[in-house]
Amino acid sequence: MVTVAAAPWVLPVLVVFVMIALGAAAFDAVLANRRPGALLIPGDEMARLLRQRRRTTVSADSPLWRIGGGGLIVAALLMVVVIPVGGVALTDLSVGVVWFNTMDVAVWALVWLTGWGANSAHSLVGGYRFLAQALAYELPLMFALTAPAVGAASLRLADVVAAQQGLWFVVWMPVAFVVYLIGVVGFSVWGPLNPAAGRDIAGGILAELSGVDRLLVLAGRYALLSAGAAFAVPMFLGGSAGLPWLAGLLPGWVWFTVKWLLLLACLVATRRRIPTIRPDRFVEAGWLVLLPVTLVQLLVVSTVVVLRS
Amino acid sequence: MTIGIAFWVLAVVSVAAGIAVFVVNSMARATYALAVSFIAVGLALLLVNLEYIGIVTVLMMIMEMAIMAVYMVMFMGMNPALMPMSMVHSQKRAVVIGAGTFLVLAAGALFVPWPARRGVPAADLTASLGEALMGSKMLVMMTISPVMFATIVAGIVLAAPRTRYDRFGDDLTRRQPLDPQSGGVGR
Repeated sequence: MVTVAAAPWVLPVLVVFVMIALGAAAFDAVLANRRPGALLIPGDEMARLLRQRRRTTVSADSPLWRIGGGGLIVAALLMVVVIPVGGVALTDLSVGVVWFNTMDVAVWALVWLTGWGANSAHSLVGGYRFLAQALAYELPLMFALTAPAVGAASLRLADVVAAQQGLWFVVWMPVAFVVYLIGVVGFSVWGPLNPAAGRDIAGGILAELSGVDRLLVLAGRYALLSAGAAFAVPMFLGGSAGLPWLAGLLPGWVWFTVKWLLLLACLVATRRRIPTIRPDRFVEAGWLVLLPVTLVQLLVVSTVVVLRS
Repeated sequence: MTIGIAFWVLAVVSVAAGIAVFVVNSMARATYALAVSFIAVGLALLLVNLEYIGIVTVLMMIMEMAIMAVYMVMFMGMNPALMPMSMVHSQKRAVVIGAGTFLVLAAGALFVPWPARRGVPAADLTASLGEALMGSKMLVMMTISPVMFATIVAGIVLAAPRTRYDRFGDDLTRRQPLDPQSGGVGR
Protein backbone atom coordinates (compact mmCIF):
# COMPACT_ATOMS: atom_id res chain seq x y z
CA MET A 1 0.00 0.00 0.00
CA VAL A 2 0.98 3.59 -0.45
CA THR A 3 1.26 6.25 2.23
CA VAL A 4 -0.03 9.63 1.15
CA ALA A 5 2.60 12.30 1.78
CA ALA A 6 1.68 15.24 4.00
CA ALA A 7 0.72 18.49 2.28
CA PRO A 8 4.03 20.33 3.00
CA TRP A 9 5.81 17.73 0.82
CA VAL A 10 4.00 18.77 -2.34
CA LEU A 11 6.15 21.79 -3.08
CA PRO A 12 9.57 20.14 -2.46
CA VAL A 13 8.60 17.13 -4.60
CA LEU A 14 7.50 19.32 -7.48
CA VAL A 15 10.67 21.43 -7.16
CA VAL A 16 12.82 18.28 -7.37
CA PHE A 17 10.82 17.23 -10.42
CA VAL A 18 11.42 20.57 -12.13
CA MET A 19 15.15 20.30 -11.32
CA ILE A 20 15.24 16.88 -12.99
CA ALA A 21 13.49 18.30 -16.03
CA LEU A 22 16.14 21.03 -16.08
CA GLY A 23 18.76 18.27 -15.86
CA ALA A 24 17.19 16.67 -18.94
CA ALA A 25 17.63 19.97 -20.77
CA ALA A 26 21.28 20.13 -19.65
CA PHE A 27 21.84 16.56 -20.86
CA ASP A 28 20.38 17.42 -24.24
CA ALA A 29 22.67 20.47 -24.47
CA VAL A 30 25.71 18.28 -23.73
CA LEU A 31 24.64 15.76 -26.39
CA ALA A 32 24.19 18.57 -28.90
CA ASN A 33 27.46 20.38 -28.19
CA ARG A 34 29.65 17.46 -27.12
CA ARG A 35 31.45 19.39 -24.38
CA PRO A 36 30.85 19.40 -20.60
CA GLY A 37 30.56 23.19 -20.49
CA ALA A 38 27.28 22.88 -22.35
CA LEU A 39 25.67 21.83 -19.06
CA LEU A 40 25.16 25.51 -18.32
CA ILE A 41 23.39 26.31 -21.61
CA PRO A 42 19.82 25.72 -20.31
CA GLY A 43 20.51 28.06 -17.38
CA ASP A 44 21.83 30.75 -19.71
CA GLU A 45 18.90 30.27 -22.06
CA MET A 46 16.47 30.50 -19.16
CA ALA A 47 18.01 33.78 -17.99
CA ARG A 48 17.96 35.14 -21.54
CA LEU A 49 14.30 34.24 -22.11
CA LEU A 50 13.25 35.64 -18.73
CA ARG A 51 14.77 39.00 -19.66
CA GLN A 52 13.59 38.98 -23.27
CA ARG A 53 10.76 41.31 -24.10
CA ARG A 54 7.59 39.53 -25.10
CA ARG A 55 6.91 39.78 -28.82
CA THR A 56 3.34 39.52 -30.04
CA THR A 57 1.58 39.14 -33.38
CA VAL A 58 -1.31 40.98 -35.00
CA SER A 59 -4.67 39.99 -33.41
CA ALA A 60 -3.16 37.08 -31.50
CA ASP A 61 -5.60 35.22 -29.27
CA SER A 62 -3.50 35.92 -26.19
CA PRO A 63 -5.60 34.15 -23.51
CA LEU A 64 -5.75 30.89 -25.43
CA TRP A 65 -2.11 31.23 -26.45
CA ARG A 66 -0.94 31.68 -22.85
CA ILE A 67 -3.19 28.90 -21.55
CA GLY A 68 -1.75 26.53 -24.15
CA GLY A 69 1.86 27.42 -23.49
CA GLY A 70 1.66 27.61 -19.72
CA GLY A 71 -0.51 24.52 -19.41
CA LEU A 72 2.09 22.01 -20.61
CA ILE A 73 4.17 22.21 -17.45
CA VAL A 74 1.00 22.08 -15.32
CA ALA A 75 -0.12 18.90 -17.10
CA ALA A 76 3.31 17.36 -16.42
CA LEU A 77 3.16 18.29 -12.72
CA LEU A 78 -0.35 16.81 -12.47
CA MET A 79 0.95 13.56 -14.00
CA VAL A 80 3.62 13.33 -11.31
CA VAL A 81 1.30 13.58 -8.29
CA VAL A 82 -0.03 10.02 -8.65
CA ILE A 83 3.39 8.32 -8.94
CA PRO A 84 4.37 6.34 -5.81
CA VAL A 85 8.07 6.58 -4.86
CA GLY A 86 9.35 4.18 -2.21
CA GLY A 87 5.81 3.53 -0.95
CA VAL A 88 4.90 7.22 -0.70
CA ALA A 89 2.85 9.27 -3.17
CA LEU A 90 1.34 12.73 -3.16
CA THR A 91 -2.12 11.26 -3.81
CA ASP A 92 -3.36 7.69 -3.93
CA LEU A 93 -5.98 7.98 -6.66
CA SER A 94 -7.96 4.80 -7.34
CA VAL A 95 -7.81 5.53 -11.09
CA GLY A 96 -4.21 6.79 -11.33
CA VAL A 97 -3.67 5.23 -14.77
CA VAL A 98 -6.70 7.02 -16.23
CA TRP A 99 -5.56 10.23 -14.55
CA PHE A 100 -2.21 10.08 -16.36
CA ASN A 101 -4.02 9.34 -19.61
CA THR A 102 -6.28 12.35 -19.09
CA MET A 103 -3.30 14.62 -18.59
CA ASP A 104 -1.62 13.39 -21.75
CA VAL A 105 -4.85 14.02 -23.64
CA ALA A 106 -4.95 17.54 -22.18
CA VAL A 107 -1.68 18.06 -24.05
CA TRP A 108 -3.66 17.74 -27.31
CA ALA A 109 -5.67 20.81 -26.43
CA LEU A 110 -2.68 22.71 -25.05
CA VAL A 111 -0.42 22.17 -28.05
CA TRP A 112 -3.16 23.02 -30.51
CA LEU A 113 -3.98 26.19 -28.56
CA THR A 114 -0.28 27.14 -28.60
CA GLY A 115 -0.39 26.78 -32.37
CA TRP A 116 -3.71 28.58 -32.74
CA GLY A 117 -3.15 31.51 -30.39
CA ALA A 118 -0.32 33.14 -32.30
CA ASN A 119 -2.53 33.86 -35.35
CA SER A 120 0.37 32.81 -37.54
CA ALA A 121 0.29 30.31 -40.39
CA HIS A 122 3.37 28.35 -39.37
CA SER A 123 2.20 28.01 -35.77
CA LEU A 124 -1.21 26.86 -36.89
CA VAL A 125 0.27 24.24 -39.22
CA GLY A 126 2.27 23.01 -36.22
CA GLY A 127 -0.86 22.72 -34.09
CA TYR A 128 -2.70 20.76 -36.79
CA ARG A 129 0.28 18.50 -37.33
CA PHE A 130 0.32 17.69 -33.64
CA LEU A 131 -3.34 16.67 -33.62
CA ALA A 132 -2.91 14.41 -36.66
CA GLN A 133 0.09 12.79 -35.03
CA ALA A 134 -1.68 12.60 -31.66
CA LEU A 135 -4.54 10.61 -33.21
CA ALA A 136 -1.97 8.08 -34.38
CA TYR A 137 -0.05 7.67 -31.12
CA GLU A 138 -2.87 8.11 -28.60
CA LEU A 139 -4.87 4.92 -29.21
CA PRO A 140 -1.76 2.69 -29.13
CA LEU A 141 -0.67 4.60 -26.01
CA MET A 142 -4.06 4.03 -24.36
CA PHE A 143 -3.91 0.30 -25.03
CA ALA A 144 -0.29 0.23 -23.88
CA LEU A 145 -1.42 1.78 -20.58
CA THR A 146 -4.24 -0.76 -20.40
CA ALA A 147 -1.83 -3.72 -20.46
CA PRO A 148 -0.27 -3.15 -16.98
CA ALA A 149 -3.71 -2.26 -15.59
CA VAL A 150 -5.10 -5.58 -16.87
CA GLY A 151 -2.02 -7.38 -15.55
CA ALA A 152 -2.58 -5.89 -12.10
CA ALA A 153 -6.42 -5.98 -12.31
CA SER A 154 -6.43 -2.40 -11.00
CA LEU A 155 -6.12 1.19 -12.16
CA ARG A 156 -4.44 2.18 -8.90
CA LEU A 157 -0.70 2.63 -9.29
CA ALA A 158 0.07 1.07 -5.89
CA ASP A 159 -1.65 -2.14 -7.06
CA VAL A 160 0.21 -2.04 -10.38
CA VAL A 161 3.52 -1.82 -8.50
CA ALA A 162 2.46 -4.60 -6.07
CA ALA A 163 1.55 -6.87 -8.99
CA GLN A 164 5.13 -6.65 -10.29
CA GLN A 165 6.75 -8.30 -7.30
CA GLY A 166 8.70 -11.16 -8.82
CA LEU A 167 8.42 -10.18 -12.47
CA TRP A 168 8.45 -6.66 -13.86
CA PHE A 169 5.82 -5.93 -16.48
CA VAL A 170 8.48 -4.80 -18.95
CA VAL A 171 9.61 -8.45 -19.20
CA TRP A 172 6.32 -9.87 -20.38
CA MET A 173 4.80 -6.69 -21.90
CA PRO A 174 7.75 -5.40 -23.93
CA VAL A 175 5.59 -4.23 -26.83
CA ALA A 176 3.37 -2.18 -24.54
CA PHE A 177 6.49 -0.67 -22.97
CA VAL A 178 7.96 0.40 -26.32
CA VAL A 179 4.62 1.76 -27.56
CA TYR A 180 4.23 3.65 -24.28
CA LEU A 181 7.65 5.27 -24.78
CA ILE A 182 6.71 6.24 -28.35
CA GLY A 183 3.60 7.87 -26.90
CA VAL A 184 5.69 9.77 -24.34
CA VAL A 185 7.99 11.07 -27.07
CA GLY A 186 4.85 11.99 -29.02
CA PHE A 187 3.05 13.98 -26.34
CA SER A 188 6.31 15.73 -25.40
CA VAL A 189 6.62 16.99 -29.03
CA TRP A 190 10.11 15.55 -28.83
CA GLY A 191 12.83 14.06 -31.02
CA PRO A 192 11.50 11.94 -33.88
CA LEU A 193 7.92 13.05 -33.17
CA ASN A 194 8.44 16.81 -33.12
CA PRO A 195 7.19 17.83 -36.60
CA ALA A 196 4.70 20.13 -34.81
CA ALA A 197 7.75 22.22 -33.90
CA GLY A 198 9.66 21.27 -37.05
CA ARG A 199 12.30 23.38 -38.76
CA ASP A 200 10.53 22.96 -42.09
CA ILE A 201 7.70 25.16 -40.75
CA ALA A 202 9.98 27.70 -39.05
CA GLY A 203 9.55 26.11 -35.63
CA GLY A 204 5.79 25.49 -35.92
CA ILE A 205 4.16 26.01 -32.55
CA LEU A 206 7.38 27.66 -31.34
CA ALA A 207 7.59 30.04 -34.29
CA GLU A 208 6.11 33.14 -32.66
CA LEU A 209 6.85 32.38 -29.01
CA SER A 210 9.27 34.65 -27.20
CA GLY A 211 10.35 35.54 -23.70
CA VAL A 212 8.71 33.78 -20.81
CA ASP A 213 6.06 32.20 -23.06
CA ARG A 214 8.77 30.42 -25.02
CA LEU A 215 10.50 29.39 -21.80
CA LEU A 216 7.30 27.82 -20.48
CA VAL A 217 6.72 25.80 -23.64
CA LEU A 218 10.32 24.59 -23.87
CA ALA A 219 10.33 23.74 -20.14
CA GLY A 220 6.93 22.08 -20.55
CA ARG A 221 8.33 19.69 -23.18
CA TYR A 222 11.15 18.62 -20.87
CA ALA A 223 8.70 18.33 -17.97
CA LEU A 224 6.37 16.11 -20.01
CA LEU A 225 9.29 13.92 -21.08
CA SER A 226 10.42 13.63 -17.44
CA ALA A 227 6.89 12.87 -16.22
CA GLY A 228 6.45 10.23 -18.91
CA ALA A 229 9.74 8.57 -17.92
CA ALA A 230 8.80 8.71 -14.22
CA PHE A 231 5.39 7.15 -14.88
CA ALA A 232 6.98 4.24 -16.76
CA VAL A 233 8.80 3.19 -13.57
CA PRO A 234 5.70 2.11 -11.55
CA MET A 235 3.91 0.93 -14.70
CA PHE A 236 6.56 -1.29 -16.27
CA LEU A 237 9.80 -1.25 -14.27
CA GLY A 238 8.65 -2.55 -10.88
CA GLY A 239 8.30 0.83 -9.17
CA SER A 240 10.74 1.27 -6.30
CA ALA A 241 11.78 -2.40 -6.23
CA GLY A 242 15.47 -3.10 -6.78
CA LEU A 243 17.02 -5.67 -9.08
CA PRO A 244 16.23 -9.08 -7.51
CA TRP A 245 19.71 -9.93 -6.20
CA LEU A 246 20.67 -6.36 -5.27
CA ALA A 247 17.38 -5.13 -3.82
CA GLY A 248 18.63 -4.73 -0.24
CA LEU A 249 21.61 -2.60 -1.20
CA LEU A 250 19.79 0.67 -1.78
CA PRO A 251 16.55 2.22 -0.46
CA GLY A 252 13.49 2.20 -2.70
CA TRP A 253 13.56 5.83 -3.70
CA VAL A 254 17.15 5.46 -4.97
CA TRP A 255 16.12 2.55 -7.19
CA PHE A 256 13.21 4.59 -8.45
CA THR A 257 15.46 7.54 -9.28
CA VAL A 258 18.07 5.37 -11.00
CA LYS A 259 15.45 3.77 -13.26
CA TRP A 260 13.77 7.10 -13.92
CA LEU A 261 16.97 8.91 -14.88
CA LEU A 262 18.25 6.09 -17.11
CA LEU A 263 14.95 6.01 -18.98
CA LEU A 264 14.83 9.80 -19.21
CA ALA A 265 18.38 9.88 -20.61
CA CYS A 266 17.36 7.39 -23.31
CA LEU A 267 14.30 9.45 -24.22
CA VAL A 268 16.31 12.69 -24.36
CA ALA A 269 18.92 10.99 -26.55
CA THR A 270 16.32 10.03 -29.20
CA ARG A 271 16.37 13.63 -30.35
CA ARG A 272 20.02 13.35 -31.49
CA ARG A 273 19.82 9.72 -32.64
CA ILE A 274 16.60 9.39 -34.64
CA PRO A 275 15.54 11.74 -37.44
CA THR A 276 12.16 13.46 -37.36
CA ILE A 277 9.43 11.27 -38.81
CA ARG A 278 7.11 13.03 -41.24
CA PRO A 279 3.60 13.22 -39.75
CA ASP A 280 1.85 11.69 -42.77
CA ARG A 281 4.21 8.70 -42.58
CA PHE A 282 3.86 8.33 -38.83
CA VAL A 283 0.07 8.43 -38.99
CA GLU A 284 -0.15 5.39 -41.21
CA ALA A 285 2.47 3.53 -39.18
CA GLY A 286 0.59 4.38 -35.98
CA TRP A 287 -2.74 3.02 -37.19
CA LEU A 288 -1.52 0.05 -39.22
CA VAL A 289 1.45 -1.12 -37.14
CA LEU A 290 1.46 0.27 -33.60
CA LEU A 291 -2.26 -0.19 -32.91
CA PRO A 292 -2.50 -3.84 -34.04
CA VAL A 293 0.69 -4.93 -32.25
CA THR A 294 -0.48 -3.22 -29.06
CA LEU A 295 -3.84 -5.00 -29.30
CA VAL A 296 -2.07 -8.34 -29.76
CA GLN A 297 0.05 -7.53 -26.71
CA LEU A 298 -3.10 -6.78 -24.76
CA LEU A 299 -4.63 -10.08 -25.91
CA VAL A 300 -1.54 -11.93 -24.68
CA VAL A 301 -1.67 -10.16 -21.32
CA SER A 302 -5.40 -10.82 -20.92
CA THR A 303 -4.95 -14.50 -21.82
CA VAL A 304 -2.15 -14.87 -19.27
CA VAL A 305 -4.30 -13.18 -16.60
CA VAL A 306 -7.28 -15.43 -17.32
CA LEU A 307 -5.18 -18.61 -17.37
CA ARG A 308 -3.42 -17.65 -14.15
CA SER A 309 -6.59 -17.00 -12.17
CA MET B 1 -18.17 22.12 3.82
CA THR B 2 -15.23 21.66 1.43
CA ILE B 3 -17.38 19.50 -0.81
CA GLY B 4 -20.09 22.15 -0.77
CA ILE B 5 -17.65 24.87 -1.80
CA ALA B 6 -16.15 22.63 -4.50
CA PHE B 7 -19.62 21.85 -5.84
CA TRP B 8 -20.63 25.49 -6.07
CA VAL B 9 -17.35 26.54 -7.68
CA LEU B 10 -17.62 23.76 -10.28
CA ALA B 11 -21.31 24.46 -10.87
CA VAL B 12 -20.70 28.17 -11.44
CA VAL B 13 -17.70 27.47 -13.69
CA SER B 14 -19.66 24.97 -15.79
CA VAL B 15 -22.63 27.31 -16.27
CA ALA B 16 -20.45 30.39 -16.87
CA ALA B 17 -18.32 28.53 -19.41
CA GLY B 18 -21.50 27.24 -21.03
CA ILE B 19 -22.77 30.81 -21.41
CA ALA B 20 -19.37 31.88 -22.75
CA VAL B 21 -19.81 29.42 -25.63
CA PHE B 22 -22.46 31.71 -27.11
CA VAL B 23 -20.95 35.03 -26.10
CA VAL B 24 -17.45 34.75 -27.53
CA ASN B 25 -16.81 35.50 -31.18
CA SER B 26 -14.25 32.89 -32.12
CA MET B 27 -14.68 29.21 -32.93
CA ALA B 28 -11.62 28.24 -30.91
CA ARG B 29 -12.80 30.11 -27.83
CA ALA B 30 -16.32 28.69 -28.10
CA THR B 31 -15.03 25.13 -28.44
CA TYR B 32 -12.69 25.39 -25.50
CA ALA B 33 -15.26 27.20 -23.36
CA LEU B 34 -17.46 24.15 -23.94
CA ALA B 35 -14.51 21.93 -22.97
CA VAL B 36 -14.09 23.87 -19.70
CA SER B 37 -17.80 23.47 -18.99
CA PHE B 38 -17.58 19.69 -19.49
CA ILE B 39 -14.39 19.47 -17.42
CA ALA B 40 -16.16 21.18 -14.52
CA VAL B 41 -19.03 18.67 -14.84
CA GLY B 42 -16.56 15.77 -14.92
CA LEU B 43 -14.81 17.06 -11.80
CA ALA B 44 -18.19 17.50 -10.08
CA LEU B 45 -18.75 13.75 -10.58
CA LEU B 46 -15.69 13.19 -8.37
CA LEU B 47 -17.65 14.74 -5.51
CA VAL B 48 -20.03 11.76 -5.51
CA ASN B 49 -17.04 9.36 -5.58
CA LEU B 50 -17.51 8.42 -9.23
CA GLU B 51 -13.78 8.65 -9.82
CA TYR B 52 -13.55 6.61 -13.00
CA ILE B 53 -16.56 8.18 -14.71
CA GLY B 54 -15.52 11.69 -13.64
CA ILE B 55 -11.97 11.44 -14.94
CA VAL B 56 -12.97 9.62 -18.10
CA THR B 57 -15.51 12.37 -18.78
CA VAL B 58 -12.70 14.92 -18.56
CA LEU B 59 -10.51 12.78 -20.82
CA MET B 60 -13.16 12.20 -23.49
CA MET B 61 -14.35 15.80 -23.51
CA ILE B 62 -10.88 17.29 -23.94
CA MET B 63 -10.15 14.82 -26.72
CA GLU B 64 -13.46 15.45 -28.39
CA MET B 65 -13.21 19.23 -28.20
CA ALA B 66 -9.62 19.20 -29.51
CA ILE B 67 -10.84 17.33 -32.59
CA MET B 68 -14.07 19.29 -32.81
CA ALA B 69 -12.21 22.60 -32.86
CA VAL B 70 -10.51 21.47 -36.06
CA TYR B 71 -13.81 20.55 -37.71
CA MET B 72 -15.54 23.70 -36.49
CA VAL B 73 -12.82 25.87 -37.95
CA MET B 74 -12.98 23.89 -41.20
CA PHE B 75 -16.70 23.73 -41.83
CA MET B 76 -18.53 26.36 -39.80
CA GLY B 77 -19.83 29.67 -41.03
CA MET B 78 -19.45 31.58 -44.28
CA ASN B 79 -15.72 32.09 -43.90
CA PRO B 80 -13.37 29.38 -42.75
CA ALA B 81 -13.97 30.50 -39.14
CA LEU B 82 -10.54 32.00 -38.83
CA MET B 83 -12.17 35.43 -38.50
CA PRO B 84 -14.33 36.65 -35.59
CA MET B 85 -17.92 35.51 -36.06
CA SER B 86 -21.18 35.19 -34.13
CA MET B 87 -21.72 31.90 -32.32
CA VAL B 88 -25.53 31.99 -32.43
CA HIS B 89 -28.17 31.31 -35.05
CA SER B 90 -31.96 30.76 -34.87
CA GLN B 91 -31.68 32.74 -31.67
CA LYS B 92 -35.35 33.11 -30.67
CA ARG B 93 -36.24 29.47 -31.21
CA ALA B 94 -33.07 28.37 -29.37
CA VAL B 95 -33.84 30.60 -26.37
CA VAL B 96 -37.42 29.30 -26.15
CA ILE B 97 -36.35 25.65 -26.43
CA GLY B 98 -33.50 26.16 -23.95
CA ALA B 99 -35.62 27.95 -21.35
CA GLY B 100 -38.44 25.40 -21.75
CA THR B 101 -36.08 22.46 -21.29
CA PHE B 102 -34.56 24.09 -18.23
CA LEU B 103 -37.96 24.70 -16.67
CA VAL B 104 -39.15 21.13 -17.28
CA LEU B 105 -35.97 19.60 -15.85
CA ALA B 106 -35.83 21.97 -12.88
CA ALA B 107 -39.52 21.37 -12.11
CA GLY B 108 -38.89 17.63 -12.28
CA ALA B 109 -35.94 17.89 -9.92
CA LEU B 110 -37.85 20.01 -7.43
CA PHE B 111 -41.36 18.53 -7.49
CA VAL B 112 -40.90 14.81 -8.13
CA PRO B 113 -40.67 13.01 -4.79
CA TRP B 114 -37.28 11.32 -4.80
CA PRO B 115 -37.33 7.65 -3.83
CA ALA B 116 -35.37 6.59 -0.76
CA ARG B 117 -32.14 4.75 -1.48
CA ARG B 118 -32.66 0.98 -1.37
CA GLY B 119 -29.22 -0.40 -2.17
CA VAL B 120 -25.71 0.54 -1.10
CA PRO B 121 -22.90 1.61 -3.45
CA ALA B 122 -20.47 -1.14 -4.40
CA ALA B 123 -17.09 -1.16 -2.66
CA ASP B 124 -15.21 -0.73 -5.94
CA LEU B 125 -17.39 1.37 -8.23
CA THR B 126 -15.01 1.10 -11.20
CA ALA B 127 -15.01 -2.69 -11.03
CA SER B 128 -18.79 -2.90 -10.67
CA LEU B 129 -19.20 -0.53 -13.62
CA GLY B 130 -16.96 -2.80 -15.69
CA GLU B 131 -18.91 -5.87 -14.62
CA ALA B 132 -22.20 -4.22 -15.53
CA LEU B 133 -20.91 -3.18 -18.97
CA MET B 134 -19.40 -6.58 -19.69
CA GLY B 135 -22.16 -8.58 -18.00
CA SER B 136 -25.78 -7.56 -17.73
CA LYS B 137 -25.48 -4.66 -20.22
CA MET B 138 -23.34 -6.58 -22.69
CA LEU B 139 -26.18 -6.98 -25.21
CA VAL B 140 -26.62 -3.21 -25.39
CA MET B 141 -22.90 -2.68 -25.92
CA MET B 142 -22.78 -5.44 -28.54
CA THR B 143 -25.60 -3.72 -30.41
CA ILE B 144 -24.36 -0.17 -30.11
CA SER B 145 -20.76 -0.89 -31.10
CA PRO B 146 -21.40 -2.27 -34.60
CA VAL B 147 -23.98 0.45 -35.28
CA MET B 148 -21.53 3.17 -34.28
CA PHE B 149 -18.73 1.56 -36.24
CA ALA B 150 -20.94 1.21 -39.31
CA THR B 151 -21.93 4.87 -38.98
CA ILE B 152 -18.31 5.96 -38.88
CA VAL B 153 -17.37 3.83 -41.90
CA ALA B 154 -20.43 5.02 -43.83
CA GLY B 155 -19.64 8.63 -42.97
CA ILE B 156 -16.09 8.29 -44.24
CA VAL B 157 -17.22 6.49 -47.41
CA LEU B 158 -19.71 9.27 -48.15
CA ALA B 159 -17.25 12.06 -47.35
CA ALA B 160 -14.13 10.72 -49.03
CA PRO B 161 -13.75 12.09 -52.55
CA ARG B 162 -11.52 9.20 -53.63
CA THR B 163 -12.90 5.69 -53.76
CA ARG B 164 -11.17 2.34 -54.06
CA TYR B 165 -11.56 2.59 -57.85
CA ASP B 166 -9.46 5.75 -57.83
CA ARG B 167 -6.85 4.03 -55.72
CA PHE B 168 -6.73 0.54 -57.23
CA GLY B 169 -7.97 1.14 -60.81
CA ASP B 170 -11.28 0.31 -62.50
CA ASP B 171 -10.74 -3.42 -62.15
CA LEU B 172 -9.24 -3.07 -58.67
CA THR B 173 -6.18 -4.80 -60.06
CA ARG B 174 -3.49 -2.26 -59.19
CA ARG B 175 -1.23 -3.66 -56.48
CA GLN B 176 0.16 -0.34 -55.18
CA PRO B 177 -2.66 2.15 -54.52
CA LEU B 178 -2.34 5.44 -56.36
CA ASP B 179 -2.37 7.94 -53.49
CA PRO B 180 -1.53 11.64 -53.57
CA GLN B 181 0.65 11.02 -50.52
CA SER B 182 2.33 7.76 -49.78
CA GLY B 183 1.87 6.47 -46.28
CA GLY B 184 4.51 5.28 -43.88
CA VAL B 185 4.34 1.51 -44.27
CA GLY B 186 5.45 1.21 -47.87
CA ARG B 187 2.14 0.37 -49.52
